[in-house]
Amino acid sequence: MDLTYPPQYEDFRREVRAWLRRNLPARGHGLGGLEYDDPRRVERAKQWQRKLYGAGYVAMTWPKEYGGQGADVLTQAIVHEELVRAQAPPLIGQMGIQMVGPTLIQFGSEEQKRRFLPKILTAEEIWCQGYSEPNAGSDLASLQTRAELVGDEFIVNGQKIWTSNAQFADWMFCLVRTDPQAPKHRGISYLLIEMKSPGIRVRPLVQMTGERGFNEVCFENVRVPCENLVGELNQGWQVAQATLLHERNMLGAATTTQELFARLVRLAKLCTRQGRPAVEDPVVRQRLGALAMRVEAMRFHAYRQLTTTVLGRPRGIEASVNKLVSTELNHDITGCALDLLASYATQTSESKFAVDRGKWIREFMFTLGMIIGGGTSEIQKNIIAERGLGLPREPRVAPG
Amino acid sequence: MNFALSPEQELLQRGARDFLAHQWPAAAAHTVFHPDHDGYPRKLYENMAQLGWLGLLAPVEFGGVGGTCLDAALLAEELGRAAVPGPYLANTLSILVLRQIGAASVRRQWLPLLAKGAAVLTLAWFEENAFAWPFRPQTRGSIGRFGLRLNGTKRFVLDAHVADGLLVVCTIPVRQTRLTAIALVPKDRRGVTIHPMNDVDRTRRPCEVVLEDVIVPRRSVIAIGSQAEKLLARLQNAAAVFLAADCLGGAERLLEMAVEYAKVRYQFGRPIGSFQAVKHRCAEMVAQIEPARSLLWYAAHAVDALPRHATYAASLAKGHLSEVFSQVAENALRVLGGIGFTWEHDLHIWFKRAQWNRFAFGSPEWHRERVAQECRW
Repeated sequence: MDLTYPPQYEDFRREVRAWLRRNLPARGHGLGGLEYDDPRRVERAKQWQRKLYGAGYVAMTWPKEYGGQGADVLTQAIVHEELVRAQAPPLIGQMGIQMVGPTLIQFGSEEQKRRFLPKILTAEEIWCQGYSEPNAGSDLASLQTRAELVGDEFIVNGQKIWTSNAQFADWMFCLVRTDPQAPKHRGISYLLIEMKSPGIRVRPLVQMTGERGFNEVCFENVRVPCENLVGELNQGWQVAQATLLHERNMLGAATTTQELFARLVRLAKLCTRQGRPAVEDPVVRQRLGALAMRVEAMRFHAYRQLTTTVLGRPRGIEASVNKLVSTELNHDITGCALDLLASYATQTSESKFAVDRGKWIREFMFTLGMIIGGGTSEIQKNIIAERGLGLPREPRVAPG
Repeated sequence: MNFALSPEQELLQRGARDFLAHQWPAAAAHTVFHPDHDGYPRKLYENMAQLGWLGLLAPVEFGGVGGTCLDAALLAEELGRAAVPGPYLANTLSILVLRQIGAASVRRQWLPLLAKGAAVLTLAWFEENAFAWPFRPQTRGSIGRFGLRLNGTKRFVLDAHVADGLLVVCTIPVRQTRLTAIALVPKDRRGVTIHPMNDVDRTRRPCEVVLEDVIVPRRSVIAIGSQAEKLLARLQNAAAVFLAADCLGGAERLLEMAVEYAKVRYQFGRPIGSFQAVKHRCAEMVAQIEPARSLLWYAAHAVDALPRHATYAASLAKGHLSEVFSQVAENALRVLGGIGFTWEHDLHIWFKRAQWNRFAFGSPEWHRERVAQECRW
């Protein structure tokens, strides 16, 4: 058991910190996606990613020939940790870097890798994820967007929803039904679709926070060249599942929670109860103490998983446990902040009475969105129970 | 950065799990609920001593293994999983006291006996106020030509009824003030009376120890003043970590019990584990237990190697894991339903152990406040 990093990693961490001090565009970014309504913001976000990539801090674990550095997991983890510590804005190309990039490295053809990977890193091409549909949310495998192979093209018809960043993305990695006769998991393919293609219509959806983060995307006879298929035809479900296992930014997630909690503690020192700082109130101390235990458990859980990854041991249902626990915990932290702020909690960012620029109520809603997105807490519990504990699946009810 | 157990530690833990599955199955744990059972399964303890478990923390030169608190915590987890009764905790904490104090003759006399399982020593620490700190003992010692005279009432003294000696925490007058001291008192001294404190958790045997004009030689004082206080502070952290480990093992056992039952119990024509109301309870237990395990490893490591963080870490672990154990116990009972509520089912053994663990060496509430203090909130 050793919680220290070897000296060369500590040197590297100092280097990253120093670089961030010099180059960070805007400090104080809290939880949540950036609002990309304004094209100038999109451009600035791309510049930030380019700068970070230029410094060598993006997708460090990717192979050298595709623009990565073949670095080890620990090095990348240190960068994630420092980015969160510095409250750096999230990367606009996150979907490409974390989802489609690793999928292409594992399943893509050589041409696909050479064509797509470098531009993911330089933010020249931004990706969005076409998974959910109006009638395929938690039951994702029942998706109905059709892709018919006609000659050497797929003709795509259907609709995707909750598609973050689709309003400015250049490409979408998309799950489509290519065999309507096959059982639902076996008739799905993984397609790369250019967002400029004729027949694609993007309609922004306003989230409860008032932000335009996600969209509805409609496909009407959209033609996609067959070389944009990733993996085998009708093997898309397996390809997508493997992508989910690539989520390794555990240390970054745990650090996000720590930063959020540190802000809560600062708030508790600022707010008052009966004329004294709230942090001196026994009830508040009990709540903070209970949250500290959960936050610290996730910190050391991240270290444990980092070690597991470094040692190359298989990881089981940990991604589901992380998703479930972290998102619920973040939401509880923001909920505690609202209780401290009491009636001021609901003041908007424009209000002169708002505390912390109205961040907490926004983050309270945003963290609830995180509980729902990417597989709800209920779905994660199903995965933990069925794959982790071997409990039987819910029997299917025959239609009608 | 290597936050993992060593191969030796994994081996210790796996070995302990296998051994206890055979030597102390649930059927054995039920026997301590018989009114005549004194809560000290001596045959099991002989075997544990042979495996080196009883002397895990004793120095090698006194017949021990010279292990770390993390080693001991891993073993404590397995003892919790098996609901092992008896003076393991009492002896382990006594070893931690003896390995840190100066008197060589006391160490030579007691440590090899404790490591062999040939003697039981226990801490007579708490009084009417149970496990509450900061703690000023009301038990008073006075020193005269006769030696040391002790008067007071100790409570929650673990396994005193089967102990050979007591490590009595008291105060002794030195010049104008009274200093905290620890005195080693053989149990058969005149004036020592022991009353069992009947607990629903029959795997634990707290006792009340009344000391009435008990006289021991002056050299029985093995630690005094700041030395005694520092030692007790370290001991408090170690005890919190061992209890937290016991909670982890107990929670895992209850989860296994609930899952096993949810797979075989049919209602409405299907295993109850296929209902989300049931499977989500089980998944929540996993989501509580796994991060808590990481927290426990950190706390045990901190007690060994990070003295400035030890108090904070120990309180995080004890506060959190005792809460997790109680919640898992409730959830497991809800999964098992009526059968889990019966005396003959295994569940109540761990359910009751969870309640005892919750309050022993500081309640969750107490530890949360201590976390707040350690953070200087």
